[in-house]
Amino acid sequence: MSRFGVLVEVRLRPGIADPAGSTVARALPALGFDGVEGVRLGKAVRLTLEAPDEPTARRTAEAVAARLLANAVMEDYEVLAVEALPNAPEEGPRP
Amino acid sequence: MTARVGVVVFPGTNCEHDVAEALGRLGGEARMLWHQDPDLHGVDAVVLPGGFAHGDYLRPGALARFSPVMGAVADFAAAGGPVVGICNGFQVLTEAGLLPGALGVNRSLRFVCRPVRLRVERTGTVLTGQAEAGQELVVPVNHFSGAYRVDPATLERLEAAGQVVLRYLENPNGSQGDVAGVCNEAGNVVGLMPHPERASDPLQGGTDGQVLLRSLLAAALDRSASGARR
Repeated sequence: MSRFGVLVEVRLRPGIADPAGSTVARALPALGFDGVEGVRLGKAVRLTLEAPDEPTARRTAEAVAARLLANAVMEDYEVLAVEALPNAPEEGPRP
Repeated sequence: MTARVGVVVFPGTNCEHDVAEALGRLGGEARMLWHQDPDLHGVDAVVLPGGFAHGDYLRPGALARFSPVMGAVADFAAAGGPVVGICNGFQVLTEAGLLPGALGVNRSLRFVCRPVRLRVERTGTVLTGQAEAGQELVVPVNHFSGAYRVDPATLERLEAAGQVVLRYLENPNGSQGDVAGVCNEAGNVVGLMPHPERASDPLQGGTDGQVLLRSLLAAALDRSASGARR
C-alpha cells in the first residue's frame, strides 16, 4: 500500500445563490481590484489515505465526496489533485 | 390514550426540552431518543428538534444523517409514521433524503432570530391536520442556514403536488418560493425552519405553534389507535 494526498473541491452548483461569494466580490473594487468578474466560495478538502495505486486513491476520494462531502442538491465536487506521499514512519521506538 | 412522541437527541441538539415541554403541556408524552440507539422504543411519532447536531460541521445535518437512529427513523417514515423536523431537524431530514431540497446559508449572511408570519398552504399533513388552509401563524425562526434551495423543476413539482406546507409571508432568509416547510409525498414527514415549540405558551409571546404541535399529537394518536405501533 502507498500513501496519497488528495485535494477535493466542493463548490456550489451553478445558479445556486452564494451570498458569501457575492459579499467578497463587492469588497474587491474598494481594494483596487477592478477586473474580478466573479467570486464563488466553496470548500477545499485534503484527504490523506492509503491505497494500492493512484486510480484507487482517486476513486476512494470521489466516493467520500459523493457520500459525505457534497450535498448533491446544491453542490458539485471535483478531485483536483492526487499526489504520492512518502510512506509513514515505522511504528515503535527509534534507534 | 396519550400520544408518545420520540424526540431525537444528537450531540449538539439544544431544543429537545423545549419540544418535550410544549408537547407535554398539550397532553403528549415525550421520550428522548439518543442518536446512537437504533431503536425508537415504540413511539407513535418522531420529532427531530433544533440545535447544532454534530456541531453542524461540514454542513448542518451532513453528519447527523449517518447516526444509527436515522435508519430507524427512515423505516418508521416509510411505514407511514409521523416524522417532523424542526430547524436543524429539517436540515437533517433533507440531508437524509427523507425530504426534498436543501437548506443553504441565509441570503443576508446573518443569523435570523425573530417571529415571522407564515401561511398554512397545505392541511392534512401530520403537522397541519388541525390547521386551516390559508391560516396565518406567527412563529419564531432561529437559524443561519435556512434558505430553502431546490432546482426550479422540483419546486414546480412540489407546488403542484401540494408539498409546500408552510410559506413565509415575509421571507426572512431568501428561501426559494418563500418555502418555510415542506412534506414528503405522503404527508407523514414534514420539515420546517420555524420553531412551533417557541410559540406554544402565552409567556413566549404567542401560541400560534400550538395548532401544529396538536396536529402532530393527533397524528400520533391515530397511528397508535390503528395498532401500527412498533
